[in-house]
Amino acid sequence: MDSSAWGMLMQGAWTTAWISATSIAIGVVLGLLVALVRLARIPVVHQVLGLYISIARATPLVTLVLFIFLTAPTMGIHLNRNVAGILALTLNTTAFNAEIWRSAFNNFSKEQREAAMAIGMTPWIYFRRIMLPQITITSLPGLVNEMSFLIKGSPAIAVIGIVDLTRVTNRISAVTYDPLPPILAAAVIYMGIISLLVWLQRIAERKANRLAV
Amino acid sequence: MSNWEILWDSRGVFLNGFYTTLQLFGMSAVLAFLAGCGIVFLLEGSRPRLRVPLRIFIDGMRMLPFLILAYLLYYGLPSTGIRLSAWQAGMIALVSYHGAYFAEILRGCRLTLPAGQVEAAIAQGFSMPGMYLRIVLPQLVLSARALIGNQLIILLKDTAFLVIITVRELTAAANSLSSTYFIPMEAFIVVIGFYWLISIGLEQGIKIIGRFGAKRGFNNA
Repeated sequence: MDSSAWGMLMQGAWTTAWISATSIAIGVVLGLLVALVRLARIPVVHQVLGLYISIARATPLVTLVLFIFLTAPTMGIHLNRNVAGILALTLNTTAFNAEIWRSAFNNFSKEQREAAMAIGMTPWIYFRRIMLPQITITSLPGLVNEMSFLIKGSPAIAVIGIVDLTRVTNRISAVTYDPLPPILAAAVIYMGIISLLVWLQRIAERKANRLAV
Repeated sequence: MSNWEILWDSRGVFLNGFYTTLQLFGMSAVLAFLAGCGIVFLLEGSRPRLRVPLRIFIDGMRMLPFLILAYLLYYGLPSTGIRLSAWQAGMIALVSYHGAYFAEILRGCRLTLPAGQVEAAIAQGFSMPGMYLRIVLPQLVLSARALIGNQLIILLKDTAFLVIITVRELTAAANSLSSTYFIPMEAFIVVIGFYWLISIGLEQGIKIIGRFGAKRGFNNA
């Protein structure tokens, strides 16, 4: 592989990284919102969100990406490839994150709420100052784990023609007629990205354990 | 003719895809599970010879996206002279990738098993394989059932990746139908429904195993 092949690989890695990072950022926040709304148990909304989570967790990413990318034009929406990819990854990761947040909410002690109410905190201040900081730390290991799952699932966006780190290997081998080196190099880059996340997860776990004691 | 009628007329394509997906899923789930059990058996004992290579294999698989492995087998191997069909490459990728994950799940459970059991079994004259099959493995499977169920659902979803290396499975069926008749929404809704059904079936199956496990005192999984 020459330098232009490495350049293409790096571009692919960058595409994978920014699309995944965008989906992760939106997905973590949306997941928190979904979990909060489900916590309120509003009659119809609760069931609809439950159905969404159940379906989104069962749908393969490839199928979801194709579904969004091919269906949007028939409904008169013109989606850019990247937007369709981000949308699919976000829909998928939001469902998983919502469950992580929800279990953190369910495991949160009720005494703290009573104490906060007793000293005159409003529900919002209680949530913002007492609950959120603690459940963020307890659900962080799960969230980071889900992030590495998202990276591992991100090659799905290659199916609609986004030149990510997986698809770029096809482009390179179309020029060099030797597919093995670029695929191996891409595998090493993926390993680098994911081991970074695993390392972050280990730190997050250590923090969470310290809080639990 | 409405779009749904078109889909009903081409139900054969869906059923073929569904059959291929079920076949890939069923065979690779069984083989990967056996591979996982085998790897954990090889890690048994106080100083297993294969510890380092197996650790490297498991950790390597866990850091790799599934599609890259499939690419490696389908596009990469021919340049070393080994030519696999898309189906074979997909199958081998599924088995080796998820075998590593199953091994990791079972290994994690193995660590929590009290050491006294193994010593007692050896003292009773159990051979290593007999001890593993009769005493260690049943406990591992029953106490790790929830994680195994999750992994099976991930395996099911990973079969969809194989559409990219041109395996004719369920997602490929929807893709080809939607491009032939230009009815993407209906075709993909049907396919997502199929995947959803299999997942719900899996979850129910795990619940039933859970009831069986609870009867034998494995409540804490």
